[in-house]
Amino acid sequence: MESQTLYPHPLSAPVTGGERPQSAARRVTSPTTESALVRRVLIGVALGYFAALVLVPLVAVFVEALKKGFEFYVESLREPDALEAIRLTLTMALIAVPVNLVFGVAAAWAIAKFEFRGKSLLVSFIDLPFAVSPVIAGLVYVLMFGLQGWLGPWLAAHGIKIIFALPGLALATLFVTVPYIARELIPLMEAQGTDEEEAALVLGASGWQTFFRVTLPNIKWALVYGAILCNARAMGEFGAVSVVSGHIRGATNTMPLHVEILYNEYNFAAAFAVASLLALLAIVTLVLKSVVERRAHGAHAR
Amino acid sequence: MSIHTDRITRRFGAHTALADVGLHVATGELVALLGPSGSGKTTLLRIIAGLQQPDSGRVLFHGADATHVPVGERRVGFVFQHYALFRHLSVFENVAFGLRVRPRKCRPADGEIRERVDALLARVQLEGLGARYPHQLSGGQRQRVALARALAVEPRVLLLDEPFGALDAQVRKELRAWLRSLHDEMQLTSVFVTHDQEEALEIADRVVVMNDGRIEQVGTPGELLASPASDFVAKFLGRPRAVRELTAA
Repeated sequence: MESQTLYPHPLSAPVTGGERPQSAARRVTSPTTESALVRRVLIGVALGYFAALVLVPLVAVFVEALKKGFEFYVESLREPDALEAIRLTLTMALIAVPVNLVFGVAAAWAIAKFEFRGKSLLVSFIDLPFAVSPVIAGLVYVLMFGLQGWLGPWLAAHGIKIIFALPGLALATLFVTVPYIARELIPLMEAQGTDEEEAALVLGASGWQTFFRVTLPNIKWALVYGAILCNARAMGEFGAVSVVSGHIRGATNTMPLHVEILYNEYNFAAAFAVASLLALLAIVTLVLKSVVERRAHGAHAR
Repeated sequence: MSIHTDRITRRFGAHTALADVGLHVATGELVALLGPSGSGKTTLLRIIAGLQQPDSGRVLFHGADATHVPVGERRVGFVFQHYALFRHLSVFENVAFGLRVRPRKCRPADGEIRERVDALLARVQLEGLGARYPHQLSGGQRQRVALARALAVEPRVLLLDEPFGALDAQVRKELRAWLRSLHDEMQLTSVFVTHDQEEALEIADRVVVMNDGRIEQVGTPGELLASPASDFVAKFLGRPRAVRELTAA
């Protein structure tokens, strides 16, 4: 289970004991409590770093987006190419999340509850998209399915278009989002073991009943959590889809790609307008994520 | 309902967990499988339940071959070592589970399920706790929920894996006596696994001493203590007495 140290599970029990009660009369200084000055400096450094790297750019996105006024902002988003980019991005998420839900549960189930040959290989493959640059992932698909690629001529002869079309975008998105759900589930399902499933089977439940009445409720929150992260990555992915997209306006441009095109055309306000939607998505993701974490802690305290 | 195992053998890789184990448990008996860890007692219990398959040999319930009957159709009650309660379900729903998963045509109506679960909760002295969740219960209470859940499907035999293993000494003692009286009341053929000789000798009708995948001796507690069949049995049963005498002195 060395994987658990590599990926500390965000849904595992919260570490308690961070705050210690201090009596006003007699100040008890624990060995792990730093002096006030050190604490202030550390907190200051952390907050300053965060503000410079994350908060300022985030504010800048909205400031730039609204620079030419609210009407221009709305107009930039209602323009047909922008709408098409939004639609395509939503499509990508609608493909990636359900496919990865099914694959993630199946893979995590296999890894956590069975012993089989090639198990560690499967675990490594699930992690591969974390290690490989998304651009390379995109290029691999071009090499396989592109016109000059291995399967290119055959696909062209049969009128199947993968690269510079929706299937290619979907493949690239799936590649980069594969780990998110499986990675959430594996440590949790390993920790839970198979006792409850066995109990259900002895009580006469069928395989499906066991899955839907016992396994699924136990992993519910990890599943939602993984789906949120998967969704954010699917909508925000740039590198892999950029390679396979072909940047055909109004056809194969997702939102991140559309932002780049507008930016390269010096249409900054419009570029930031679309970017602000992605930023909003990020904020919504963070809020959902913390809500789910809180609920999961409640459920796991049981 | 009697249980019979006929020359059960089970290997895990090069390790032989059970070698040619034959055992007969008569209807209404309470039998303990006693042995050190790794002696094969839990494997034997799981094979009787159908949670594991033997490499060779047969399991018979009341004379009928059940070796290939799927676990869900054997009508056994199984109490797991760590209870394996469904953590997302209330105590009531835990006990009702076995009834709710039945195919529609033989599933009791909601009212009947309620009656039966309430009766079972009363029987295990947990009236009024149906709405609680497993994490809100003490170890002894969880144990009794696990027992009620196993009994809800009206099993033909009851199998318990280290039923008192995870409890502290005081609760252990109480539950032991309680389980014995429950058994006398219900007359359900029962087998339980334990590594605690005192526990086995105190409540079982007969004790099966196991070592290294084999049965060393089967007998009533009196027989085992009076005439142990091997050094192993003598040592395994004798030690706690020696310890008791030491601590008493």
